[in-house]
Amino acid sequence: MAQIAFSNLRKSYGKTEVIHGVDTHINDGELIVIVGPSGCGKSTLLRMVAGLETVTSGEIRIDGRVVNDLEPRERDIAMVFQNYALYPHMSVFDNMAYGLKIAKVPQAEIRERVAVAAKMLELEPFLERKPRQLSGGQRQRVAMGRAIVRKPAVFLFDEPLSNLDAKLRVQMRVEIKTLQRRLGVTSLYVTHDQVEAMTLADRIIVMNGGVAEQIGTPLAVYEKPATTFVGGFIGSPPMNFLSVERLQGSGLAASFGEAAPTLAKTVGVRPEHLSFCGEGQAAWSGELVIVEALGAETLAHVRLDDGEVIIVRLDGGRTAPVGESRVHVTCEADKLHFFGTDEKRID
Amino acid sequence: MQKRVVFNNRLLPYALLAPQILVTAVFFFWPAGQAIYQSAFIPDPFGLKSQFVGFGNFEFLFSDPYYLASFQTTAVFSAAVTLLSMGAALWLAVMADRIIKGSGAYRTLLIWPYAVAPAIAGVLWLFMFNPNVGLVAWYLNAIGYDWNHVLNDGEAMGLVVVASAWRQISYNFLFFLAGLQAIPRSVIEAAAIDGASFWKRFWTIVFPLLSPTTFFLLVVNIVYAFFETFGVIHTITGGGPQQATTILVYKVYADGFVGQDLGSSAAQSVVLLVVVGLLTVVQFRYVERKVHY
Ligand SMILES: Nc1ncnc2c1ncn2[C@@H]1O[C@H](COP(=O)(O)OP(=O)(O)OP(=O)(O)O)[C@@H](O)[C@H]1O
Ligand SMILES: [Mg+2]
Repeated sequence: MAQIAFSNLRKSYGKTEVIHGVDTHINDGELIVIVGPSGCGKSTLLRMVAGLETVTSGEIRIDGRVVNDLEPRERDIAMVFQNYALYPHMSVFDNMAYGLKIAKVPQAEIRERVAVAAKMLELEPFLERKPRQLSGGQRQRVAMGRAIVRKPAVFLFDEPLSNLDAKLRVQMRVEIKTLQRRLGVTSLYVTHDQVEAMTLADRIIVMNGGVAEQIGTPLAVYEKPATTFVGGFIGSPPMNFLSVERLQGSGLAASFGEAAPTLAKTVGVRPEHLSFCGEGQAAWSGELVIVEALGAETLAHVRLDDGEVIIVRLDGGRTAPVGESRVHVTCEADKLHFFGTDEKRID
Repeated sequence: MQKRVVFNNRLLPYALLAPQILVTAVFFFWPAGQAIYQSAFIPDPFGLKSQFVGFGNFEFLFSDPYYLASFQTTAVFSAAVTLLSMGAALWLAVMADRIIKGSGAYRTLLIWPYAVAPAIAGVLWLFMFNPNVGLVAWYLNAIGYDWNHVLNDGEAMGLVVVASAWRQISYNFLFFLAGLQAIPRSVIEAAAIDGASFWKRFWTIVFPLLSPTTFFLLVVNIVYAFFETFGVIHTITGGGPQQATTILVYKVYADGFVGQDLGSSAAQSVVLLVVVGLLTVVQFRYVERKVHY
């Protein structure tokens, strides 16, 4: 159990800075998901916490203790790697027991703790096997088991599910969440999958180009994205963005009248908040390009008159008007998000 | 997937194979056959006629204390060369693996000794350690150690071992480094997070994962120490003092070409042939199948 704090945390490789000052405080027992596109510095951040990368400037504190210069083994952490990083020449039992043996835990207790973890992860039949004799999902569990038996203060996960197939990923996602809840261990979880982020996280850190653009609960991040990037990254299909001039002269302009933020440059609107309407109430009009029926939802792509394409999300049963036909789209005024010239949110 | 080459001309494949077969026949089968044949004869002192003795040469060999001593010398020499060259190479490879910047330069430097011909390598070491003019010998004298490998058995053995091992370090280093770099970084990192210190990681993770490489090199180095160190020994000690550095291969030369005892020399060659055969079997049985974990 531990709290983690970053203060103005930076990392450079040579002259290139890849983490540009992250500040945050992580509470005891919280599951924090770091999400962002490839190359934004998620792994680097996590590896700095693990002690696998040096900290260029700023501080990492675990339970108030600055750990910048501590070896990984002095930090009381456990990490699950994307490729699992199991010891290929050791049995599943030995993989899980390795850290305990090094910590000189008595034999009997090692056996006891591994047995408990193996039961929790349904690994009991495989304890004598070598990692290469396991399936991807089983290896993943061993990696989890290796982290659990040590009873560390912090769990670190670097895209632990990305090598699994879609179905198993959903299943393991639930298991990780349940385990983390049960053990109550403070966890940092890196992923580039926004669904994983939304479902797992107590709070999300959305990273972009080495900057933490927003830190908040999944719903806060979804409902009040701090930047256009966050709006576009969280939510599927992504938020539609239009220049604010497009509101002028639309039916919507009247409904928020004077309140229309004058500094705004971009307006964002989520596909699920758009709906088709009659020509009279239309905020925008355009041509229906394509309709994707996904079962639970239907996505209609509409090309507006000036050529921009927006996505309208409808409930599964509903079909959009198909064909060459002209369609009209509207949304409630309070579902609009305004962003300034600096891409930041304006309320 | 294996691709098969199909020849239209029936003779072409044989023609293409011919040079290799010819070389093997002339330089291996024929001498080997000769050795086996001659090992059954004792030529007279003038080389005019030979007398058939069957296994006589072998009987004589294995009751000859000098020959048995040479076996022991060979064992000590090979073990020392193998241990020293592999140990040093592994240490260098581990160090080079930790360095990321400039590792290319280190690698190139460490590969150079391999390009030095054995005899030249021998002469290099000889000059350094020559009791009269050698630089190292001079320094050893200066600090009060009376170095003279021409007279001292142990020193002579030490010198040929070091000189032989030195050449082989490059080769071992390359394989060890490749082996080290094939170990996924994250496995080592996982061990670090599990609390293992550098040496603990080395002995419990890195070394076991290197075992296929180590075993392969073990066989290669033993073969090297047995058969390819002639030049080094010949230039540095000539097998002496007494017989202190006369390994089996050197004894074949010493008895056959210097001592003109061709029958015994041929019999020794046959014994070596058997040794090579055994090593080859070991190599195929274990190395080809890989030491697996
Ligand atoms: N050893 C290194 N030397 C130089 N630059 C590096 C090094 N490691 C990472 N980088 C750079 O740092 C940035 C962040 O890398 P990082 O691995 O943290 O990305 P990531 O967010 O984990 O991406 P992904 O989702 O693809 O794993 C990248 O631009 C990368 O090129
Ligand atoms: Mg990464």
